[in-house]
Amino acid sequence: MKPATYDVVVIGAGPAGLAAAAVAGETLGPGRVALLDDNSAPGGQIWRRGLGAPPRAARLAEERVHKAGVVIESGVSVVDARRRPNGELVLLGEKAGAAYACVAGRLVLATGATELFLPFPGWTLPGVFGAGALQALYKGGFEVAGKRILIAGSGPLLMAVAQSFRRAGAQVVAVAEQAPRAAVMRFAAQLPLHPRKLWQAMGLFLSLLPVRQLYSAWPLRAEGDGRLERVVLRTKEGKRMIGCDYLACGFGLLPALPLARLLGCAVHESRVVAGELLQTSQPGIFAAGESLGIGGVLRAELDGRIAGLTAAGREAEARALLPARRREQRFAERLAATYSLREELRELVDDKTLVCRCEDVPWGEIRCYPAARDAKLKTRAGMGPCQGRVCGGALEFLAGYSPDAVRPPLFPVSAAVLAELAGLAAELVAPTEEPPQKNYEG
Amino acid sequence: MPTKSGQLVRLEIDGREVEAVAGTTVAAALQEQGLLAWRRSPQGELRGAFCGMGICFECRLEIDGIAGVRSCLTPVASGMKVRSTPGASPGDLP
Repeated sequence: MKPATYDVVVIGAGPAGLAAAAVAGETLGPGRVALLDDNSAPGGQIWRRGLGAPPRAARLAEERVHKAGVVIESGVSVVDARRRPNGELVLLGEKAGAAYACVAGRLVLATGATELFLPFPGWTLPGVFGAGALQALYKGGFEVAGKRILIAGSGPLLMAVAQSFRRAGAQVVAVAEQAPRAAVMRFAAQLPLHPRKLWQAMGLFLSLLPVRQLYSAWPLRAEGDGRLERVVLRTKEGKRMIGCDYLACGFGLLPALPLARLLGCAVHESRVVAGELLQTSQPGIFAAGESLGIGGVLRAELDGRIAGLTAAGREAEARALLPARRREQRFAERLAATYSLREELRELVDDKTLVCRCEDVPWGEIRCYPAARDAKLKTRAGMGPCQGRVCGGALEFLAGYSPDAVRPPLFPVSAAVLAELAGLAAELVAPTEEPPQKNYEG
Repeated sequence: MPTKSGQLVRLEIDGREVEAVAGTTVAAALQEQGLLAWRRSPQGELRGAFCGMGICFECRLEIDGIAGVRSCLTPVASGMKVRSTPGASPGDLP
């Protein structure tokens, strides 16, 4: 296999990645830009296609990418990345059980976000899901019609999830938001400043009128025999037990950073550090969308255009988008403040609660270690197949751990694929022609 | 949004032939068979799909001879052979 070489490779085909690939492709021409994504189709999480028709914005974004002649590589999980001596980047991954590699002149990281899962007793029972998780599963054909679903956690995603489940014929038994009602109302009061978002919010509000909405409420434990049967909620009026088939529970979104960190991009406060035109600390590598901090779909699209234009050499046009980006960023910051997590959520775990689901490590074994690295070496927490993608965010919140160093492979792959990737890396990265530069390790 | 009107494909789950709507994920096909969990954790807990987006690996199983495939990311295909983790045969689960 001879790996393809592209001028620009975009990783992640959500709103940011699609926008970046489109503008870069339109500038550089057909076949010069590639878009890599681990899903079976473009769209990312928010525009996940599933069985139905994709939303209009998603369709337009995808059409534009196709028209620009961007090479779309769906189903690719990037597990490793290396810098060549000439500065190019080699991306190593897996596609349908086989090794995948390509070479990029410049890179746009649009790796999106994952949900923040906070452990509580019973959260590993079958029937307990993340909030965006159950929505993603539903889009993939998972049946929710006729099911009793409790939605809990924090953030505007909960409302969107509730709306889509109701439309699908589910019985949404309640939405439990940990933030206080007053904070959410204060936020809602200034929505008229953002007309597009006001309409969206009004639609949500009206369609959720019949749903029981609880504020300052969160799950204390999930119970059931072999599968979820009921959830005990903490509410302002005290404990309340709610029977349900599914619990969809997520406490907000976290930037997905493993690839950025593997590439040596500077990260501060759980987001990629970027310059005005979204350049990371690594030459030739840009970031766009939620990896820069949770900003929503509109900021993600702007980010994608800014990073894509800059990567393709159209800096002046990228710069023209900065005022719009600043507006979206201010909105995102108010949103984050509204849904900030309360201290009490740190008390949800007890010593027996499994925090690392991969290795079944309970909180009682983890909490005595001062850092993620110690806990990992002594208890195996964070060492399983998810590589800390599930427990890492929780441990940052619960124990104040900063994430441990990232090592390839970023996802588990078979020994055969790993061996083939090692061969490809040796072939592509070996300094045969030019002496190595110090820009990667330093 | 998902409908049930799509074309049906036939696949095999632990030796049983089942039908699923084309375009659905293997995780959804398993749920259609009444299964919420098809793996055992290291301590023996039953586990199934959790994150829905391919990061937690809780829903992994063997598909067409390849172990550890994430069922939430994998669309069903005609003739596909799905095998749950030994010890957590879907037939035995709630």
